[in-house]
Amino acid sequence: MAEAFGLILRWDRELSVIVMLSLQVTLSAVALACLIGLPLGALVGAFRFPGRGVITVLLNALMGLPPVVVGLFVYLMLSAAGPLGVLGLLYTPTAMIIAQTILVTPIIAALTKQVVEDLHGEYAEQFASFGVTARTRVAALLWDARYSLLTVALAGFGRAVAEVGAVLIVGGNINHVTRVMTTTIALETSKGNLQLALALGVLLLGLAVVVNAGVMALRVSAVRAAYA
Amino acid sequence: MLRRHLLSLALGTVLAFGAGTARAQEFILVQSTTSTQNSGLFDHILPIFQEKTGIEVRVVAVGTGQAIKNAENGDGDVLFVHAKAAEEKFVAEGHGVSRADVMYNDFVIVGPADDPAGVAGMNDVVAALSKIAEAQAPFASRGDDSGTNKAELRLWKMAGIDVQAASGGWYRETGSGMGATLNTGTGMNAYILTDRATWIAFGNKGDYRIAVEGDAKMFNQYGIILVNPEKHGHVKAEAGQAFIDWVLSDQGQAAIADFKVDGQQLFFPNAGG
Repeated sequence: MAEAFGLILRWDRELSVIVMLSLQVTLSAVALACLIGLPLGALVGAFRFPGRGVITVLLNALMGLPPVVVGLFVYLMLSAAGPLGVLGLLYTPTAMIIAQTILVTPIIAALTKQVVEDLHGEYAEQFASFGVTARTRVAALLWDARYSLLTVALAGFGRAVAEVGAVLIVGGNINHVTRVMTTTIALETSKGNLQLALALGVLLLGLAVVVNAGVMALRVSAVRAAYA
Repeated sequence: MLRRHLLSLALGTVLAFGAGTARAQEFILVQSTTSTQNSGLFDHILPIFQEKTGIEVRVVAVGTGQAIKNAENGDGDVLFVHAKAAEEKFVAEGHGVSRADVMYNDFVIVGPADDPAGVAGMNDVVAALSKIAEAQAPFASRGDDSGTNKAELRLWKMAGIDVQAASGGWYRETGSGMGATLNTGTGMNAYILTDRATWIAFGNKGDYRIAVEGDAKMFNQYGIILVNPEKHGHVKAEAGQAFIDWVLSDQGQAAIADFKVDGQQLFFPNAGG
């Protein structure tokens, strides 16, 4: 066991490539998912329109999308035999970002919807009395809920950084190209190197702690700045 | 503000990757199997090839069944697997140009030290499987249509045993790769058919040892095929063929023979044989 952690503590170039790619893929996917999911969730949360119930149920259900199914779907799209095959994106980090974006967007949207809906309950009367436009309304709700939405983004990050099923299929776990933390853990487990796999798992957990702590620090300093 | 930041971050990353792919040197994609990857063979031979030609080889390691499917979809330039009948069918259907023998190793049956079916030391694999079935001792199968899985099912057929009837009982299909099946099988005291290379390189052997080996029926031949560029226009035929030519050359064959784990040679080159 000590030997496995020793391997990790030595921190060679191989390992840093894997860790950096994990972060790159997952952070990009979460950023894209926020770009789509935040406005989408805010719209559904702040307005009443026909079909709203259906969309809500759908978003909530899609939070449980199995990564393997997402991976398979993206594979079939990006495969040379698939409709988007000409793009040549299969087995690239971009394919992994696409898969994780699909996986995370419903989570961001569904949770944003809930946060915005609760906040909208408090703001509705003011919005109505000032005759605020729809656009401003969404922007104001998202801005005022920004700290809660940070937690929403972190939930998405947690889901994406931990999944292996989707990135394994669309990335192919190619050494130095598409190998990330989770696929390395799966590979080392299948090689029977259980201690190394576990040590990598602890490292992944540490990475998640660092990202979460970073966001928390950002939030604390932002709040201080706001009241300074 | 926050959104603008996120947008630029996302676009920046995507663009960075796009640029990265455009800049990358020439590479080919090889659809191959877990046994070659998990044993470390590729880590040994690919740097030698890249040094010589400047061509980077990217390996997707999955079961032979999935590797062939992926190659049929055109997702790969070269297919490097071990299921001769399926490979010949792949070529006959026009998905591949031609098939060449590369190397072989052999399958072994590994089992727990207490040997519940009493097969340790046997070298007649059909008789050994019959004994395992008779004793209803647990047997872990890949169950994933891989080359190893096909070989195993062929051996059961020779023994005249209908394993499907015992599926879920003493015959247990893990539906996963060789390493995962070894992890699962050793955990439930089951006998497991594995290629020798994966077994020697496997790091979680516990009290397991090789019970049955040395039967010519457990011969495991690897073949290499260029995916047909006439069927899939984007196949990098020239670079792919360069890799195949190198693997079959004296230098490539020597590199395969040189690869050892714990002092044991894992694959035996037999191109042109």
